[in-house]
Amino acid sequence: MTIEAEVIAILARQSGVAPAAIGPETGIDALGLDSLGLVETIFALEERFGISIPFAPAAEGRERDFDLSTVAGIVAGVAALRARPAAA
Amino acid sequence: MKRVVITGAGTVNALGLTVPDTIAALAEGRCAIGPLDLPGAGRLSVRIGAAVTGFDPAPHLSPRQISLCDRFAQFALVAAAEAVQAAGPGALGPGAGVILGTAGGGLASSEAAYHAVFAEGAARVHPFTVPRLMASAATSHLTMAFGLKGPAFTVSTACAASNHAIGLAFQTIRAGAAPAMLAGGSEAMLTFGGIKAWEGLRVLSETGCRPFCASRDGMVMGEGAAVFVLEERDRALARGAPILAEIAGFGMTADAGDIVAPDPEGAAAAMRAALGDAGLAPSEIGYINAHGTGTPLNDRSECAAIRAVFGTDAGRVPVSSTKSLHGHLIGAAGAVELLAVLLALGQGVIAPTAGVRSLDPDCALDVVCGQARRAQVGAALSNAFAFGGLNAVLALRAA
Repeated sequence: MTIEAEVIAILARQSGVAPAAIGPETGIDALGLDSLGLVETIFALEERFGISIPFAPAAEGRERDFDLSTVAGIVAGVAALRARPAAA
Repeated sequence: MKRVVITGAGTVNALGLTVPDTIAALAEGRCAIGPLDLPGAGRLSVRIGAAVTGFDPAPHLSPRQISLCDRFAQFALVAAAEAVQAAGPGALGPGAGVILGTAGGGLASSEAAYHAVFAEGAARVHPFTVPRLMASAATSHLTMAFGLKGPAFTVSTACAASNHAIGLAFQTIRAGAAPAMLAGGSEAMLTFGGIKAWEGLRVLSETGCRPFCASRDGMVMGEGAAVFVLEERDRALARGAPILAEIAGFGMTADAGDIVAPDPEGAAAAMRAALGDAGLAPSEIGYINAHGTGTPLNDRSECAAIRAVFGTDAGRVPVSSTKSLHGHLIGAAGAVELLAVLLALGQGVIAPTAGVRSLDPDCALDVVCGQARRAQVGAALSNAFAFGGLNAVLALRAA
């Protein structure tokens, strides 16, 4: 399974949207995830890929190096974090 | 002051996943205590309990509710839905509220999180760990599920929590601060760590729960929830609601003595307070649902308290402890036991104390043993006496 397919599977499970209806350009806003859904999605991604995603809703507006706005952004972010040695 | 009646009941416990199933089991005197099947059970010295089996939240709750709720909150939501349904349309409303009792809250969620970070070295816990474990979670979910915007909070007074919750909800309606309330308790402490903690205190039986028996050797843990719709009487009558019983009085006291050992004086004072609040004489009481944990100390102390309050009448008041059937539900104990009180008041059936071989001479009251007894019960007491000496007694009248 590709990273993209796994990301889509996680988003589909969280949002209730069919996986076939989710593509690389799909925006997270379009999936109707609320803040709890987003937090649970991030947890699922972290658990699945063994990564730690920088995300703090309380720090809104701050520069983020993880693009959560689209499927393609999440896939790129996951790939970059996996390529990096685990943070201490 | 307003009068308060019970117009709906719901439950999930080891005897049954609904009120009708539970009532039938209580009337049969069926014991739901059995071997525990949980991860790590081989490392427990106490391996019996009254576990809820066959519980599936999926037909009742949304996937989001299931993900957000610890088992104790799931029990509460399912029990409340049954109670609200039974109470009929118009039972609740925006001014209505919720008071629930629990001792352990989301214990399984705390345990899972601790296990992950301490034992497994995990970097993170599930993001819903806090909303799952907070003791008030079940209350909050009930407000959301039923649109209740009145008084809402959780009380945590160990084994008396749900009696305190029901008593406070009764007082809230009686004082005119809410037209109706959901009240009860919920507990899901049958986890590896939960049982280990109780094991440590050496109050759990490895053989069974035999309240008032000379051979009794401790309590047996249960789990589950019971939730009731409490309503101002005139309002309930006006909408043609089913009236299961009237809550006539409530008494609460503290022993101010010991963190675990009970004091008969504190228990007696709570029973007297409930009778006084209800305007009932001891001679009018036709049934006492005892706290009756099955520990040597509690049962002896409770029987001494009953003798102190009832005097020469003590020997003729039927007493039973249904913990011998559904186990000790800790913060949900009084709520589930209120179902036995409703059975006595509504159908004239006193649920029995199971497992008694021969009565302890210190407990030589009219203990209903073995099988249910038919009796006309016009009023009843329901006792709950918590560790730490916090006592809560409800007084009820037949509808």
